[in-house]
Amino acid sequence: MYKIIEARFLGENIKKFEIEAPKIAKRRKAGQFVIIRLDEHGERIPLTIADSNPETGTITLIVQGVGKTTQQLNMMESGDEIMDVVGPLGVPSHIEKFGTTVSVGGGVGTAIAYPTAVAMKEAGNYVITINGARSKDLVLLEDEMKSISDEAYVTTDDGSYGFHGFVTQKLQELIDQGKQIDFVLAIGPIPMMRAIAEVTRPYNIKTMVSLNPIMVDGTGMCGGCRVVVDGVSKFACVDGPEFDAHKVDFKNLMDRNKMYAKKEHESLEHFHEECRLEKKIKEIKE
Amino acid sequence: MQQLTAKERMKIPRHPMVEQDPLERSRNFLEVNQGYDVQLAKEEALRCLQCPKPSCVEGCPVNIQIKDFITLIAEEDYIGAVHKIKEDNALPAICGRVCPQEQQCEAACIVGKRGEPVAIGYLERFVADYERESGNIELPKIAPDTGKKIAIVGSGPAGLSCANDLRQLGHDVTVFEALHQLGGVLVYGIPEFRLPKDIVATEIDGLRKMGVKFETDAIIGRITTIDELMQEEGFDAVFLGVGAGLPWFMGIPGENLVGVYSANEFLTRVNLMKAYNFPNEDTPILDCQDKNIAVFGGGNTAMDAVRTSKRLGAKHAYIIYRRSEAEMPARVEEVKHAKEEGVEFLLLTSPLEFIGDEEEWLCSVKVQKMELGEPDASGRRRPVPIEGSEYEIELDIAIVAIGNGSNPLIPQTTPDIEVSKRGTIVVDDETMKTSKKGVFAGGDIVTGGATVILAMGAGRKAAAAIHDYVTNGNW
Ligand SMILES: Cc1cc2nc3c(=O)[nH]c(=O)nc-3n(C[C@H](O)[C@H](O)[C@H](O)COP(=O)(O)OP(=O)(O)OC[C@H]3O[C@@H](n4cnc5c(N)ncnc54)[C@H](O)[C@@H]3O)c2cc1C
Ligand SMILES: Cc1cc2nc3c(=O)[nH]c(=O)nc-3n(C[C@H](O)[C@H](O)[C@H](O)COP(=O)(O)OP(=O)(O)OC[C@H]3O[C@@H](n4cnc5c(N)ncnc54)[C@H](O)[C@@H]3O)c2cc1C
Ligand code: SF4
Ligand code: SF4
Ligand code: FES
Repeated sequence: MYKIIEARFLGENIKKFEIEAPKIAKRRKAGQFVIIRLDEHGERIPLTIADSNPETGTITLIVQGVGKTTQQLNMMESGDEIMDVVGPLGVPSHIEKFGTTVSVGGGVGTAIAYPTAVAMKEAGNYVITINGARSKDLVLLEDEMKSISDEAYVTTDDGSYGFHGFVTQKLQELIDQGKQIDFVLAIGPIPMMRAIAEVTRPYNIKTMVSLNPIMVDGTGMCGGCRVVVDGVSKFACVDGPEFDAHKVDFKNLMDRNKMYAKKEHESLEHFHEECRLEKKIKEIKE
Repeated sequence: MQQLTAKERMKIPRHPMVEQDPLERSRNFLEVNQGYDVQLAKEEALRCLQCPKPSCVEGCPVNIQIKDFITLIAEEDYIGAVHKIKEDNALPAICGRVCPQEQQCEAACIVGKRGEPVAIGYLERFVADYERESGNIELPKIAPDTGKKIAIVGSGPAGLSCANDLRQLGHDVTVFEALHQLGGVLVYGIPEFRLPKDIVATEIDGLRKMGVKFETDAIIGRITTIDELMQEEGFDAVFLGVGAGLPWFMGIPGENLVGVYSANEFLTRVNLMKAYNFPNEDTPILDCQDKNIAVFGGGNTAMDAVRTSKRLGAKHAYIIYRRSEAEMPARVEEVKHAKEEGVEFLLLTSPLEFIGDEEEWLCSVKVQKMELGEPDASGRRRPVPIEGSEYEIELDIAIVAIGNGSNPLIPQTTPDIEVSKRGTIVVDDETMKTSKKGVFAGGDIVTGGATVILAMGAGRKAAAAIHDYVTNGNW
């Protein structure tokens, strides 16, 4: 059992957790993730380690409630326990002094991009961050990003805050201004990562993306997380999750991620039904 | 004990296993084989000729005293029989069920030269079940604490048997397992209808009662390296029983279409994550009801996957295998059971390409017929494609079961452990020592995908060598 030490909403539907996992906290490097299982009946799902504190023995997870498991997790509070937390998994981000690096985060991807941006800064890079959200109240980690960036930009799709437009447009603008950009790491929804890859491709800027295929074990045993990179199958949990954006087959990833859409819907309905029932039982008891 | 002449014994026909009806069982996950009762076991035991030089013992990879335990059954001392087996094999309820007996002990049984061999596996299983069902499994004696700490990495049969022996010798043993559940392939791979998970749980429970410690969710190499185990956590020796869990794909076009699974993933979703009970269990699997499902391969894994798909409601469940039935590595009993359950075998057939729709969902597989040519390096006749024999089979789900390579995690994080070109860990055959001082290995990570009994035997061999090493310090 892994205890939740602190839990708090960062924005609508996005919650930040501090979880007691001392061994993982000690080991973990930027870019790595854990697999969690909430309870006996739970699915194993991957979540990036947004931060860790070896002293307190805790890791930070930032979770967007998109389906059954993430919504159930986001209903949990400090003091609650998670049955399984396994990690740290995946190959850590490749950190090096590139010169100028741009970290692009879309939605909850911002949280995933954050630790790598920190590490890039520590490695002596000039760090630019572009932090995208649909609207103002969905902007994540703005202060954190600012504090470690040489230049920090926020974009919103609806223009309610910061730059009005997509993260791709902001990146294009920076390139057009003649900024020398040596490295880009983009993390967010698949269409966003694909679009970023297209922005940097003509300029040959080295670009990495953190892929999010459906996983089970996270140890290389099932092959369910395979993604196509440069025409070859790779297991994202052990070979990734970061890959060269210019070589990823994004269409395949998108199609594979839709594999259980019907099932996921069914699972969520089932969960909501259970929650309703539980509420009713509670009401009757009172 | 009944006195019978050899001739009279030879006349008794082999007692068939009591099985669930094929139609019935192809729709449930209950164990197919129901086991002998006392009467059947006693009668089967009478078929053994009590050979002065029992060849069966040579056929068993761990040399169980087969003649002696069968004699005890005939004498109605079932508990005595199971204790006899446990001198050499800590997991008889498991091996009695999954060993390829027809290639091992039973292949060597003298009775088999003229008729059907003594049902050694069924008898082994019978006594183990007898003991478990009596609710009174006697724990082995544990030697006084030696103060030596040993880490076992992986909780498959290799790790469990190694832990068992080392704990009996009085060592402080901790088993580290990457998954949330203990048992390795025994729980995530081999299905309930062949090996009920309760049995594996009972074995592990026994180890726990003996004082073996278990840590799940612990991926060695990631959470702690082997060097750290030895230098910081005070382990005197490490045994690696991490298995061969890296599924191979065939390298043909379309293998990443939606609907193409590895057998490992398909079986893990069903066995470990209980996807058959979705949405009460959270993990999904693609709908199999009334679907066309093909499994590629001819081993135990392929049989398990295809029979599982049948139980999940498949309309057509095919085995597609490029050689003929004689070359299939699966246990004979599994092939027989699969056929009885309605699995369709497309032999001498090899896949060329998976074909999908616009959304990349699998629609069909293009295959080619083969014929057998000259024997290859393994002695099996090599399949040769027949030109112009290509055709398509409509498919909703494809499951690739062509074997597993070695998981590179440990070698990657422990560069001073020597690995072969195939990625397996290199050990000394007798002592299971790796190239790294204090580290031993055994099971599938050394041999490549093999069998439960070989993994178990390797675990035991390593335990003996580890004991020697930690008590004498000789490397
Ligand atoms: C390496 C990696 C790191 C991730 N880090 C984060 C993070 O830090 N924060 C965060 O909010 N999300 C993260 N995700 C995504 C997160 O794992 C999914 O949102 C979650 O699994 C959805 O589960 P669900 O039951 O809530 O939703 P579901 O309704 O089951 O699924 C919603 C979508 O999530 C994806 N998904 C479903 N099951 C899995 C699974 N077992 N493994 C992976 N993806 C799945 C599918 O694309 C699906 O369409 C990460 C994914 C990966 C692969
Ligand atoms: C579907 C299927 C059916 C089979 N049927 C039969 C059969 O009928 N008869 C038969 O004899 N054999 C059968 N086999 C083969 C047999 O199961 C294996 O040979 C045997 O399980 C190997 O045992 P092992 O202990 O070496 O490894 P495994 O059983 O593979 O166990 C290894 C364990 O180590 C864990 N692990 C891996 N890496 C790490 C790490 N870094 N840290 C911590 N833990 C780790 C894994 O999660 C796993 O639990 C079958 C195999 C499969 C896949
Ligand atoms: S362990 Fe396997 S090979 Fe040995 S006697 Fe038992 S069933 Fe036969
Ligand atoms: S070889 Fe067969 S008949 Fe002889 S002792 Fe072994 S089991 Fe009995
Ligand atoms: S999640 Fe199973 S191999 Fe990557």
